[in-house]
Amino acid sequence: MTEQQVRWTAEQVLALAPDDASRKAGGKLGGAGPWSQTGGSASGAVWGWCKGSGSKPYRTVVDLTGPAYTCSCPSRKFPCKHALGLLLLWAAEGLGEPAEAPDWAAEWLAKRAEKAAARSAPAAPADAEAARRRAERRAGRIGAGVTELERRLADLLRAGLAGQEQAGYGVWEETAARMVDAQAPGLAARVRELGTIPSSGAGWPGRMLEECALLHLLDRAWLGAAGLPEPLAATVRTRVGLPAAAEGAAAVRDRWLVLAQYDSVSADGRLTTRRIWLQGLEGDRKALVMDYGPPGRPPQLALPVGLVLEAEARFRPGSAGLRADLGDRFAAPAPHSRPPAGMSAGAALEEYGTALREDPWLDSWPVVLGPVVPIPGELGWQLADADGKDALPVRTGGGRAGAGLWQLAALSGGGPVTVFGECGHRGFVPLTAWQTETQADTDMGTGEPVSLS
Amino acid sequence: MNGYGDGYGDWEELVGTALLGTDRRQGGTPEALLDAAAVQALRRRAGLRPAEAGPRPEPAAPDPRPEPPEPARRRLAQLLAGRAGAGGGRRGSAPDLTELLPQWLAAAARHGYRAPAAQLPALLDAARARTDLRPQALALAGPRGHWLARLNPDWRFALRSGAGGAELPDPGDREGVARLWEEGLFAERVALLGAVRAAQPAAALALLSTTWATERAEDRLMFLDSLRAGLSQQDEPFLERALGDRSRNVRAVAAELLSALPGSALAGRMAERALACVGPEGVTPPAECDQGMERDGVVRRPPAGRGERAWWLGQLVEAAPLACWRDRFGGLGPAEIVAVPVAEGWAEELHAAWCRAAVRQRNPEWSKALLGAATDPPAAGPGTASLAERAKLLETLTQEERAAWVAEFIRAHGLSEAFQLLGVCAVPWAGELGRAVVDALEAARDAGSYPWSFSGVMGLAERCLDPAEAGRLEAVAAERRPEPAEAEAAAGAEAYWAEAFQRLVATLRMRAAMLTELTAPA
Repeated sequence: MTEQQVRWTAEQVLALAPDDASRKAGGKLGGAGPWSQTGGSASGAVWGWCKGSGSKPYRTVVDLTGPAYTCSCPSRKFPCKHALGLLLLWAAEGLGEPAEAPDWAAEWLAKRAEKAAARSAPAAPADAEAARRRAERRAGRIGAGVTELERRLADLLRAGLAGQEQAGYGVWEETAARMVDAQAPGLAARVRELGTIPSSGAGWPGRMLEECALLHLLDRAWLGAAGLPEPLAATVRTRVGLPAAAEGAAAVRDRWLVLAQYDSVSADGRLTTRRIWLQGLEGDRKALVMDYGPPGRPPQLALPVGLVLEAEARFRPGSAGLRADLGDRFAAPAPHSRPPAGMSAGAALEEYGTALREDPWLDSWPVVLGPVVPIPGELGWQLADADGKDALPVRTGGGRAGAGLWQLAALSGGGPVTVFGECGHRGFVPLTAWQTETQADTDMGTGEPVSLS
Repeated sequence: MNGYGDGYGDWEELVGTALLGTDRRQGGTPEALLDAAAVQALRRRAGLRPAEAGPRPEPAAPDPRPEPPEPARRRLAQLLAGRAGAGGGRRGSAPDLTELLPQWLAAAARHGYRAPAAQLPALLDAARARTDLRPQALALAGPRGHWLARLNPDWRFALRSGAGGAELPDPGDREGVARLWEEGLFAERVALLGAVRAAQPAAALALLSTTWATERAEDRLMFLDSLRAGLSQQDEPFLERALGDRSRNVRAVAAELLSALPGSALAGRMAERALACVGPEGVTPPAECDQGMERDGVVRRPPAGRGERAWWLGQLVEAAPLACWRDRFGGLGPAEIVAVPVAEGWAEELHAAWCRAAVRQRNPEWSKALLGAATDPPAAGPGTASLAERAKLLETLTQEERAAWVAEFIRAHGLSEAFQLLGVCAVPWAGELGRAVVDALEAARDAGSYPWSFSGVMGLAERCLDPAEAGRLEAVAAERRPEPAEAEAAAGAEAYWAEAFQRLVATLRMRAAMLTELTAPA
């Protein structure tokens, strides 16, 4: 390869920024001004010196295949503004001919390559007997937690939901804490959710009953897991909160298109969860890759929307086969500007319904809708089939509405678009949109995905 | 509540039981209730049907303009992202993206691009926050921006401005124009009048005449103001009638417009009055303000602190056609007339009035005479020492003349007073002017000043210098860039200048890149 790889877009770079301040600071460094000694290699790394306020310029290197970053600046943000600036510069103008990395950059890149090689080497066999004992102990604790939760639910239904509006949040917090003690974080999270429903507005008793019923279903499934088919049993284990290991699962190699990436922060603000949706371009399978960031740090894994990476994905058992971990990568990510094929509103709901068979606790299912027309409305937005009467309500709650929906409307201009999002019983959450090439008179053919954030 | 169409059977009964509690209903355990509810909930989720689509929005009118090329789209996204949360503090050496946005918009408009659809919400938000961006942002946003603005109350300003063109009828569409003129909101009518005036000055006048008598005074004032564009002798009869308007402000604007038409009857009457007061023999201000003068727009009562007679004199001279002075002064040209000594302290009053007349009548010859040589010390100039007035006089000159005059001014007097004058020069600055500014900045640095004393000019230079100057500037900046070790030790003005020059160079380079991206073939 003599050609430098295809550059990313500014949006794709800015999507990596850990916060608004970094986005802005990085943007300022995205011009040639402060940079010198810049270069890039055909194998997917870029580097450069950035002049700061001190005498020594900062040395910034980005490995695009990760992407991973290193910089001699003291910032604890990740990536730092220099890495963002360098990527923006590269995105806007390129960095000249591909070249050999200079020593200061090559050293770090070599270390990364070494580590990657070490990672793919088989891990030392763990003490199987000790692990089995640990698992048994934990299963015992969870069992006790489940039994207690069942009692709690029965008490609730015996006395009636009507008192819940006054009961407040505290009762459920306490039960959630018990589930944490029982090492069942999945149950704890669901219990905490229960506590928020009585204050969620009209129709809450119905929603409360639904969630109680599904929680009860999960309890019963755990207690009877021995009798369940293995995939369903695995789903139950993950839903309760036992980590499902991807070890041993077959790796699926494909060219994975990044459909969406978004973060959510836990209620206490201590954990950032990043969800990355992928779709295999060959096998058409969807994958959800998750990464976590401790307080004040964004998750490390970042895959800008619209890139395609050739990699192996190892699917974890259970959860309707969505959760995956990325394994070996075979090439640096490259842009892909064709929208994936979309389906109708009815077909999307059918897919969700089918997926419920494998995981009855699924709140939503990833689908590409299209061509659809966004219909803004005061009481709620819809996405309607371009050639029919069917529509999906857009879920606007949860703070993910606003700007993204307007971008969606702007892209459509009242015409059809292709939209990726999460389709479920509470509505459709649009995450990414592509303009659809239909009107010959307007040159729409950009085909770039737009993240609806 | 979920927005889907269907309800489902005995679910309501289950909810009713759950609300009351199984203790209060016979024949059922909580477990049985939960089992039944789980089945129902899953059945409902698995069997969800699509909702019926609501009324679709009318599609946006097509915009035949192309989207900008990809690198330019990226740049816009970057500029709009840089807009968010502008922080205070020292500016550092990086370009100020907020200041480049207007240039990007202007350049994109010159090339006939439309705004990238995905950027429309950010663009409208930017225009909402900054009124100065609105005309350009809305023009670029085009019909789709207008369509979008109708859906979101936050962007209602875009509908008021009348830009986007979708709402205004074609000026040739008589019926449409007449209907909007009769039924439109005030802002729409102002926009309509402006559009018609631009296309066909006489038609605008005719339109205005149809309803003139019934308009409110403040509306008459605004409408009259739209006649400034394309003002011609044809407007005289209408304006002459407006001199008899009930509203004093309307009368004043009518008189001002007439006096800007040197051939008008009002200009003739004012010339007659002015010539009686001013001549080579000296100045005799009017003794009274008669009714005729008042009808021609002369304001009788002076503002506090000014003498009546001087006040009247100023108004007469300001409104008299400048051509009338040649004969009165025995065939002298403007420069010579301005140089004639004026006795008894009337000089300031007279010259100020001539300045206003030169601006109003857009007379470059008189403007040049009143500006004098750029090398003259400002206080000793023939016409005016006021920089604001000088800037206005400069605006009557051609772009080349302006640049040359301001360049000379800067070479002679430095930058400290040049800010307003630079503001009226064409962007990017002409080569000579740009070099004068860079030289003056260099001189200021060498003289030991601090760059923030010149932050205004620096900011202008970032926006207005020809990007082609970047190379030369870099040489200037590099020439004195201190050794790293030295800079650490002497964190004085030098380091700040280095930073300021660096930012200037970086900004120019970014502007150059911006413009290249926008011209590159799609």
